[in-house]
Amino acid sequence: MNRMPQNVDSTQAIAESDAIAVERTLAGDRDAYRVLVERHSQNVFRLAYRMTRNRHDAEEVVQEAFLRGYQKLGQFAARSNFGTWVYRIAANYAIDRMRQRQKEEARREAPKTDDRDGMENDPLSRVRDEAPTPERLTQSIELRKQMEHALAALSEAERTAFVMRHWEGCGIEEIAVVLKSSSNATKNTVFRAVQKLRQALQPFVETRAQARAMGTEL
Amino acid sequence: MKHMTEEELIAYREGVAEQRAAISEHLAGCEECREELQRIEAVLAALDTLPVPDLGADYGHQVWKKIAPRLPEKPGRWWQAWLEPRRLASAGAVMALIIAAFVAGRFTNRGGPVDNAATKEQVRERILVVAVGEHLGHSERMLVELSNAAPNGPKQKEINISAEQRRAEDLLQENRLYRQTALQDGDAGLASVLDDLERVLLDVAHSPDEVTPAQLEAIQKKIEARGILFKVRVVNKELQQRQDATTPAPPQNDSTKTERNKV
Repeated sequence: MNRMPQNVDSTQAIAESDAIAVERTLAGDRDAYRVLVERHSQNVFRLAYRMTRNRHDAEEVVQEAFLRGYQKLGQFAARSNFGTWVYRIAANYAIDRMRQRQKEEARREAPKTDDRDGMENDPLSRVRDEAPTPERLTQSIELRKQMEHALAALSEAERTAFVMRHWEGCGIEEIAVVLKSSSNATKNTVFRAVQKLRQALQPFVETRAQARAMGTEL
Repeated sequence: MKHMTEEELIAYREGVAEQRAAISEHLAGCEECREELQRIEAVLAALDTLPVPDLGADYGHQVWKKIAPRLPEKPGRWWQAWLEPRRLASAGAVMALIIAAFVAGRFTNRGGPVDNAATKEQVRERILVVAVGEHLGHSERMLVELSNAAPNGPKQKEINISAEQRRAEDLLQENRLYRQTALQDGDAGLASVLDDLERVLLDVAHSPDEVTPAQLEAIQKKIEARGILFKVRVVNKELQQRQDATTPAPPQNDSTKTERNKV
């Protein structure tokens, strides 16, 4: 959980500064919105990337979230937190994008390749195609591949709930709003997601742990 | 000793457990559960190593450069949300109801010396009962179709439910209005069924356009598990009875007597 690493004071200061920027934007100062975009883009990208597992889609989600945020800024309640609000917009759009991507992939019916977007910047994935790979590297690559597959196999709601809770540290109520679900149902969704990930990954994690114990892992 | 379930341990690890202190206490004295928790943590720790691309410190500036030319002159005001087509359709449905209730009220007031307030209330209720009854009928038909949907053969990999999905989206808008009205009228029973129906409609509306046979089965099981079709039928029948009760008896004049005598 690495969202909002700042302390309470700085978080509050940012929220207050955000509120002023929102007011100024609503008063017609378009440049005030730039402050909000520049401040929150990284966090929104991280959420979007973890949900979509695709850099191109994640960048599109970020842009769309801020565009929609601007269009709906009049509906933003002043007492809310802009960061949380734009996060919610991004999560909703990321869900739409995932659905669209799923349909496109189903239509194509092409066999899935191993070098998914989620691994495009990963040096380990490039090494795999090169000549003889040490066992430890192969295991790491295999685990990485399995993790991507396990995340891709979650339903949109499960992946959203897991990303928002485990990686982004969002509250259950906040996730429930995005999923348009109750708190209890959202807790169940988080549970199902972790349970499925565990079922899919535990054998690989244990193999790696054993290899590590035997000194054949990194 | 009773051990913690996987669900309790995951909830504890993810910080959403209700009895956190009790689980902590149990873990302190139970090695087996501690090991189970460690296995869960090992999987989550492995997932934490998945990288997120670093886009550089000026990423926010890049985003601004891309979206700035696409921003409208002024940000949207709160009332613009009410001009969205879906909201307009919902508002239109409510207006139609109000106008129908008003017109019907005026029409019935032309009669003899009746209690105006009571009659207006009856007319309003009758219109709402008819409208909610129709809504439940449409919902029932959609759910029955979805419950009976099946792949054409073992080779069919995906079933298109986009029509049901779109109907669910439309019904969802209406359902929210009727649920709110039922709550305002203090009709907790009807509001509760509409609340249950809303959850099912949400599930269907949020499903992909094309689902695998397994996904379809999961949706059908959800519909079945919630017993929503049965509830909708029962409430619809009750509404019909209420409709019959609030419909004024036809005037007992000579002509009706004559008509009856003809049969």
